[in-house]
Amino acid sequence: MNQSSDNALNTSDRHLQRRHRKASLFSSFCALITFMGVALLALLLYQVCVDGIKWLDIQFLTSFPSRFPARAGILSALVGTLWLISLIALIAIPIGVATALYLEEFSKKNRLNRLIELNISNLAGVPSIVYGIIGLALFVRGLNLERSLISGALTMSLLILPVIIIASREAIKTVPMSIRHAAFALGATRWQTAWAHVLPASFPGILTGVILALSRAIGETAPLIMIGGLTYVAFLPDGPMDSFTAMPIQIYNWVARPQHEFHQLAASAIIVLLAVLLIMNAAAIVIRHKTER
Amino acid sequence: MNNIAKTTLDAKPQFSPIKKLSRLALIGSAATAILLANNLFANTAYANEELKGTVALDGSSTVFPISEAVAEEFLAVQPRVRVTVGVSGTGGGFKKFLAGETDINDASRPIKAKEIKVATEKNVAFIELPVAFDGLSVIVNKNNTWVDYMSVAELKKLWQPGSTVKTWRDIRPSWPDQEIRLYGPGTDSGTFDYFTETINGKSGASRPDYTASEDDNALVQGISGDVNALGYFGFAYYAANKDKLKLVPINGGNGPVSPSAITINNGSYAPLSRPIFIYLRNSALDREEVRVFAQFYINNAAKLATEVGYIPLPGDVYQRALKRISDRETGTAYSGDQTSRATNLLTP
Repeated sequence: MNQSSDNALNTSDRHLQRRHRKASLFSSFCALITFMGVALLALLLYQVCVDGIKWLDIQFLTSFPSRFPARAGILSALVGTLWLISLIALIAIPIGVATALYLEEFSKKNRLNRLIELNISNLAGVPSIVYGIIGLALFVRGLNLERSLISGALTMSLLILPVIIIASREAIKTVPMSIRHAAFALGATRWQTAWAHVLPASFPGILTGVILALSRAIGETAPLIMIGGLTYVAFLPDGPMDSFTAMPIQIYNWVARPQHEFHQLAASAIIVLLAVLLIMNAAAIVIRHKTER
Repeated sequence: MNNIAKTTLDAKPQFSPIKKLSRLALIGSAATAILLANNLFANTAYANEELKGTVALDGSSTVFPISEAVAEEFLAVQPRVRVTVGVSGTGGGFKKFLAGETDINDASRPIKAKEIKVATEKNVAFIELPVAFDGLSVIVNKNNTWVDYMSVAELKKLWQPGSTVKTWRDIRPSWPDQEIRLYGPGTDSGTFDYFTETINGKSGASRPDYTASEDDNALVQGISGDVNALGYFGFAYYAANKDKLKLVPINGGNGPVSPSAITINNGSYAPLSRPIFIYLRNSALDREEVRVFAQFYINNAAKLATEVGYIPLPGDVYQRALKRISDRETGTAYSGDQTSRATNLLTP
């Protein structure tokens, strides 16, 4: 009797041990996968840095493209990218956030709105080149905006709008109902509630979405080439109607050149692009910390 | 050069009017400095006439390095003319060119019959200007010991549509019985058009079972890592990767010839030497800055093409090209889809 209960205890003990082992095995597996992602990124960064550090200096940041690697620089592409990002932010953030606010706070849950929601989710998955084709037909030729910064910015805005809308909606959803109820109880209108309470409370989440979306826009090449972003530009744009080039186009061009020095220049440009991206992300974190308080 | 660098450092997009003013002042002072420098080092007649305006180029990625170099040099003599160069491929570039969106199209092959048709419909007259030679090179792996040369007939046997060649022995019995793996440019490329037209007799006719890439560096990688590989691409990509690849001499009827600066220039590397062009919209020539730019392009093409890895044309061809500009001689020397032999250049 005694022995058999002992046995039973042993078996359950062993079961428990096995389950613990499984659990720790799984968690180390997950850690390994996570580490692999980080390691790959580190390897990539290492290679880019080894290749690119050689040409990376003030001269590189302040020169126009050249056939001589030692004289070549990223200036027109860098300024083009900064212009693009500013214009995209001006266009896409208001429209995206307003759409999200409408869908979450104002719209009735009817069939039309469900159709809109479904379409927005689908648009997030459309390949970027398709947006390039739309941009070419609609903005460049249809609205006669030509191969200008504004055509590029409008096209890219279309591309990232779904991302901004979806992220903003998620952020607005996390605002507790009690805040809205409290505002309504005090006699606030729907608009006052949304503008003064829901929007500020969801701001950090919206900002994260916006930064993710802008980061995507900064790295896109295909739609820009489609709408006629140029490759060699040796002047800086004066306004949104000027022709332009952008960093991904310049990188693409250098990677495709036969000479190894240009491949190194491409790596240098990638470092600059990453730096711009990191600065943007850092700015977002700072703003978020300030607004969360 | 330094002056440009300094100005542009400060010329990031700024929005306040005061900053804008100071930026203008900076640009102004730098422009004066550049002008002064130009007058000091002026070596051409263009430096004296200050032109303004824009010249828009687009087209082939093969021709791009030359156009970029010309635009870069032109900036030094005419700093107020904005020259832009895009890369949409020869065909894509012609579409924009014929729609009147660009002044000059970079082309790695002569204009096609159907493009000429569009030009006639839209009443666009164009001037064809050859600017350099590119030698299409047939390349094998560095450790390939058996290939000594190939004839045009052997290349055709290998690359023609429906080719049954699977192993090296299928081409020549003395070669090993190993599977041959093929690399080449994608179907959108002017290089593909030229090679298929010259070797297989019809533009676009090729066996489809090869590794195709629009990125020639990918082809270099592929061939350098596979002892049984064979592929073709522009000479500049071989020149930049000599240590990794082996060049195949081509027998076009007069014995095997390897592509080199000399054999491509004097035409003995046949039939895979191809001329590359710019096409000039005749109506754009009314604009002074376009005319001066086009002349500057031809005057400097030999030197700049060499610097970026291409082969200059014989000198008299450039002379004839200049005459074409001044006489506004429109049309093409390649009537449509006729074989685009390099020799067409030399007969005016």
